[in-house]
Amino acid sequence: MKALLALEDGRTFPCRSFTGPGEATGEVVFNTSMTGYQEILTDPSYYGQMVTMTYPLIGNYGVCPEDVESERIQVAAFIIKEYQDFPSNFRSRGTLADYLIKSHVLGIEDLDTRALVRHIRKFGAMRAVISTSDLDSDSLVAKAKKLPPMQGSDFVGKVTTKKPYFWKDNHPDHIDLDALSDPSVWRFKGEKHSVVALDFGIKYNIVRCLEKVGCEVLVVPAKTSADTIRQLKPDGLFLSNGPGDPEPVTYAVETIKALLGEVPIFGICLGMQLLGIAMGGKTMKIKFGHRGGNQPVKNLSTNKVEITSQNHGFAVDLNSIGKDNSAMTHINLNEDSLEGLVNDKINAFAVQYHPEASPGPHDAAYLFNQFAEVIKNAKA
Amino acid sequence: MPKRKDIKKILIIGAGPIIISQACEFDYSGTQACKALKEEGYEVILINSNPATIMTDPETADRVYIEPVTPETVIKVIEKEKPDALLPTLGGQTGLNTAIEAAKTGILEKYNVEMIGASVDSINKAEDRELFRDAMNRIGLRIPESGFATNMQEVEEVSKRIGFPIIVRPSFTLGGTGGGVAYNMEEVLHLSKAGLDASLITQVMLEESVLGWKEYELEVMRDHADNVVIICSIENIDAMGVHTGDSITVAPAQTLSDKEYQMLRDASIDIMREIGVDTGGSNVQFAINPEDGELIIVEMNPRVSRSSALASKATGFPIAKIAAKLAVGYTLDEIPNDITGETMACFEPSIDYVVTKIPRWTFEKFPEADDILTTAMKSVGETMSIGRTFKESFQKGLRSLEIGRTGFGGDGKDPAPGSVAGNELEYKLSTPNSQRLFYLKYAIEHNMPITMIYEMTGIDPWFLNQMKQIVDLEKQIKLAGKDLPKELLEKAKKYGFSDHQLAHLTNLTDKQIEKKRKDLGIVPVYKLVDTCAAEFRAATPYYYSTYETECEARVSDKKKVIILGGGPNRIGQGIEFDYCCVHASFALREEGVESIMVNSNPETVSTDYDTSDKLYFEPLTREDVLHIVEKEKPYGVIVQFGGQTPLNLATDLQKAGVPIIGTSPESIDRAEDRDLFQEMLNKLGLRQPENGIAFSYEEAVNVARDIGYPVMVRPSFVLGGRAMKIVYDESDLEEYFNLAVEASPDKPVLIDKFLEEAFELDVDAISDGETTIIGGMMEHIEEAGIHSGDSACVLPPYSISKEHIDEMSDAARAIAKELNVKGLMNIQFGIMDDTVYIIEVNPRASRTIPFVSKAIGLPLAKLATKVMLGKTLGELGLTKEIIPPYYCVKEAVMPFDRFENVDPVLGPEMKSTGEVMGIDADLGAAVAKAQFAAGQKLPTEGTVFISVQDKDKTSALPVAKSFNEMGFTIMATRGTATFLQENDVPTKVVKKVSAGRPHVVDAVTNNEVQLILNTGASSQTRRDGYEIRRAAIKYKIPYATTTDGTKAICSAIQALKKEGLSVNPIQNYHQENKHA
Repeated sequence: MKALLALEDGRTFPCRSFTGPGEATGEVVFNTSMTGYQEILTDPSYYGQMVTMTYPLIGNYGVCPEDVESERIQVAAFIIKEYQDFPSNFRSRGTLADYLIKSHVLGIEDLDTRALVRHIRKFGAMRAVISTSDLDSDSLVAKAKKLPPMQGSDFVGKVTTKKPYFWKDNHPDHIDLDALSDPSVWRFKGEKHSVVALDFGIKYNIVRCLEKVGCEVLVVPAKTSADTIRQLKPDGLFLSNGPGDPEPVTYAVETIKALLGEVPIFGICLGMQLLGIAMGGKTMKIKFGHRGGNQPVKNLSTNKVEITSQNHGFAVDLNSIGKDNSAMTHINLNEDSLEGLVNDKINAFAVQYHPEASPGPHDAAYLFNQFAEVIKNAKA
Repeated sequence: MPKRKDIKKILIIGAGPIIISQACEFDYSGTQACKALKEEGYEVILINSNPATIMTDPETADRVYIEPVTPETVIKVIEKEKPDALLPTLGGQTGLNTAIEAAKTGILEKYNVEMIGASVDSINKAEDRELFRDAMNRIGLRIPESGFATNMQEVEEVSKRIGFPIIVRPSFTLGGTGGGVAYNMEEVLHLSKAGLDASLITQVMLEESVLGWKEYELEVMRDHADNVVIICSIENIDAMGVHTGDSITVAPAQTLSDKEYQMLRDASIDIMREIGVDTGGSNVQFAINPEDGELIIVEMNPRVSRSSALASKATGFPIAKIAAKLAVGYTLDEIPNDITGETMACFEPSIDYVVTKIPRWTFEKFPEADDILTTAMKSVGETMSIGRTFKESFQKGLRSLEIGRTGFGGDGKDPAPGSVAGNELEYKLSTPNSQRLFYLKYAIEHNMPITMIYEMTGIDPWFLNQMKQIVDLEKQIKLAGKDLPKELLEKAKKYGFSDHQLAHLTNLTDKQIEKKRKDLGIVPVYKLVDTCAAEFRAATPYYYSTYETECEARVSDKKKVIILGGGPNRIGQGIEFDYCCVHASFALREEGVESIMVNSNPETVSTDYDTSDKLYFEPLTREDVLHIVEKEKPYGVIVQFGGQTPLNLATDLQKAGVPIIGTSPESIDRAEDRDLFQEMLNKLGLRQPENGIAFSYEEAVNVARDIGYPVMVRPSFVLGGRAMKIVYDESDLEEYFNLAVEASPDKPVLIDKFLEEAFELDVDAISDGETTIIGGMMEHIEEAGIHSGDSACVLPPYSISKEHIDEMSDAARAIAKELNVKGLMNIQFGIMDDTVYIIEVNPRASRTIPFVSKAIGLPLAKLATKVMLGKTLGELGLTKEIIPPYYCVKEAVMPFDRFENVDPVLGPEMKSTGEVMGIDADLGAAVAKAQFAAGQKLPTEGTVFISVQDKDKTSALPVAKSFNEMGFTIMATRGTATFLQENDVPTKVVKKVSAGRPHVVDAVTNNEVQLILNTGASSQTRRDGYEIRRAAIKYKIPYATTTDGTKAICSAIQALKKEGLSVNPIQNYHQENKHA
């Protein structure tokens, strides 16, 4: 079915929908991972974004229920060069098109995605509309211009869990919100490290990774207050990844600020940005973001390079925090940008990239062990 | 960490001659490494016997030893050069093995030479099956269960342990003979019995079968700080059971989810660490069970490889170059990524296109060999193609292959859909072979379900479905016919259909389709290979075509020249032509002209991204080349360096208005067209062997009688010496017509007088249209009738009179002038009965240009390029012929050990895959070096078996005498023995194969013979000769099949016995030329 992609700056791309009729809006970004489209589709950090895959053939290995990173598809639309409707993989349980259609998410193909990517590289991620009904360039571009900007919008509220949950049998095991007032809610207190994870759009694999290093994770809604968390007496606090601009997520910043120094903290991606703000720093939007599985990051304490999975459009300005409060631990090798910071005094550290991978390389998985170690030392 | 300062001089070992499984990729990686190390200020010493490489150019390394790649040479070079380090990982398996063998002698400790890149331990760990198994077990990975057995009881025990199905592999056999798959105990016993017999050491390996599993490969790099990155993943279309080199492969992997891909990635990194590859590139091969994803490690290579060359070309990441820098101490994060210019090499390339590699086989050259693909590699070359979809990439690959196909069928070369017999189809699908991919198409056309094709082939349904999409679209195109609508035409181009296919399918002409397409504005765009999927701006212009909207080609206003490369390697067209193309590119750069390379061969130096100013990785077809010409609008296009491939395009391109520079296509035609050629020779008063043409067998008989036997017969419609034969009498002629060809009015047979026992010479010359300078004259060691590509030859000639040399020089000058040659020209001469004959003229770069250039120390292809740009030879300072004061011997290297049932005898059809060079002031020593370099281990004592036909007896006598004088025992069959004994040469008699046992082959098998001199036999003894030659190959015993060859070997052994072989860098020899 014919479709049209219109960017806010007026550039349009005729294309085809492989998921039937529909219209979608959002910010167009691109991801350079060659595998892992299902993990990307379900990563809450992509909420409100239309993701372009730079690898041209997508759908090859179908979809598989175990490969989801949240309970639903999160992207606003999916943009690819050539959709593959005949998956082949022993784990495949269905086609990508059916998967998108079931969630009413628009998928388009048959456009010069490399041209689109180059456009974004040159002019930055931008708002856009895709439609199968309105194929008029002018009208669609006008619509794109009218979309609310990414900067300043709080997307966390859209993706955070409504009910807290533990992780059981590789799935969320929800509990009532009220249960958070009960410090005995933990099921493995003493046996495992009790970790509260503030859910700004957490990926399931983060929970899996934490569980794997001996944590019992309680995922709580983003607006959970510092007092509620204190009552839970956690051994550690985890700040998750999530979509959009950190600046408007003021409630989370307040919570984190209140808990700084009280409990070991580990943040990933948006979690790092919120930690940065809580420590007095500032964040900024970067031109077209880092989204992919091949970003080299240097660990400044070991001088080793890890290939990392990344997905962010905002970054922390280290200078704004001040050297007294934090130190840089990781640096992006391509452009010397901040990838990780630590404040040893308050047992808080965070990385801008995704050690949980999924999709992407596992090089940085050691950070979860590091968190467990910090917790252990803090307990001792 | 920055580069090491404690080492200054580094020795690199090259891969030697091109053989099956070891081709130009090692010139590519070796050249990159040498350049990278020189750039860093190291003194680079190189050993490589292959003259047709860029690597052995005197500019590439500080001292280039064109000497046999053997442990002995390595030891001598170390003694002479005293390097600080030895880098063994860039010369393929040959380089690695040679380094290890040399290291075993203790030479490295003695001279304090450090092995860098990989340690002896880690190499052993990777190469030794049991050490490797233990290593994998330690990190929780598995390799196929296996065990060795030397008798039937052990076979039974091992089989019980492994479980069925089992692969039986006899140890040490020729071309993997005698093995097979056993599904039960009865079969394994049966196969093992045969296998134990076939094995030279009476041993079979029994291995768990992973046939039909999916095969993947990851290219990995590691630095000494333990940073590890994956450069590329490759998925084989052919399942396990077909050698990777014979598989169609695709990058990146297509049917792995991220979970599975990361599993392979983690395993690769663990393997690098466990094996202990300190620095550099390696590849790891995996088998995955398609049913449940079970992972098995097939093997790992702790060195750069054919796959790493492919991965470099597929991603833009220069693995060999980076490996060299890592070896001298850099870490990955210190080395910039050349392609982007702004990022570092420590990352994993992301690609936004699909790369397909398709092997090129030459089974047509070996009609006796079965066209069956197994675990032993048989292809001689490959093409790579890039597209934005698999379908586009796949069809581009097929039309790059130079097999007369313009895509995945649909070009009129296939049987009618549905006409292939069911049992043929089934056989061709279930038995891997070089034509299988076309049978996949027939199966799809037969409406065979994809699942059934999958069951028969093990080819993943994902690929089969892609192929089905192509077939389905083909049907639609056919249906639409002449009225092919724009949308469908556009879709067809996106699916990779060529204009030729579309023309065939729509009953239009190529030109009509081209016009229609261009009228509709459907033209390709060019996209960049940039390592990063457009995330960063790319600095290096490396392009491929596709049908999309945005073109990224940055067209300059500079004067530019396009060089058309040679496409895939095949027998008759190999690295020599790539060498010439690369030199053309260097010359353009020196002249300030923008160089643009077009080629489809991923193994080559020409397709390195920094060889030329621009690289178009594209098929070499009229359509694809014209598109580039239209985009770039070059000053000229060079067609005379890439061999037959670009030459075949010359006329078409010229007709389309493309400016061909250098010798004109008309002149090329005048040399190739039989009648025009004859006319020219008559005009110049030159002679060619008597010849005629026959349109029927009866005519052929008459022509042959007129000319007089022996005659050379060949069909007029095939190229490259195929089906060419020397016929000695009428019954031979009849047999030829019965077996080989039919003559008909449109397919005549050409008959030439065969210059029996003539001297044959190859002459390469360079001309600017006015002046012609002889580049080199090479006297063939083998007599006439052996294809010049297979014949050993000597520069300068050693037995030709001055008068004849002058006569040939004059003839060459006259021909060059007449053809207005601007560039290179090759002439083959024959001298018989004091008369000089012209056999063939090729006004273009020949296969011998690199050899001659190395011999005389002048880059002929480079000079020729400058001539094409308008320079005169005088302006280039080339005023007289250089005749070196030393001998250069070229020897061909044969692939006979790869093909069962093939008679390893030389003839008018070229069969060699590569060449080596031996240089020495003494002719015998030069021959000996060439022999060693070609893998012939010449003996200095023992027994020589001599068996010659009657006509050769006289010339064999002095040879036999010499061997006798050198202390060898002479052994011969009755006829030859009687003759030798009558002439006072003591000779031991041995039975012919046909005369009962023990016979000569038994003697060979029992290691009682060290050298075999066996000249081509008449029909009666043909079988005997064949058995002897096969045995010689099997037991790696040097042999010669011509009398001149035996003489040369005799002189080589004399030289060996006298004082052994010295080593000398090519730069020193060239110095001698300057003083000469």
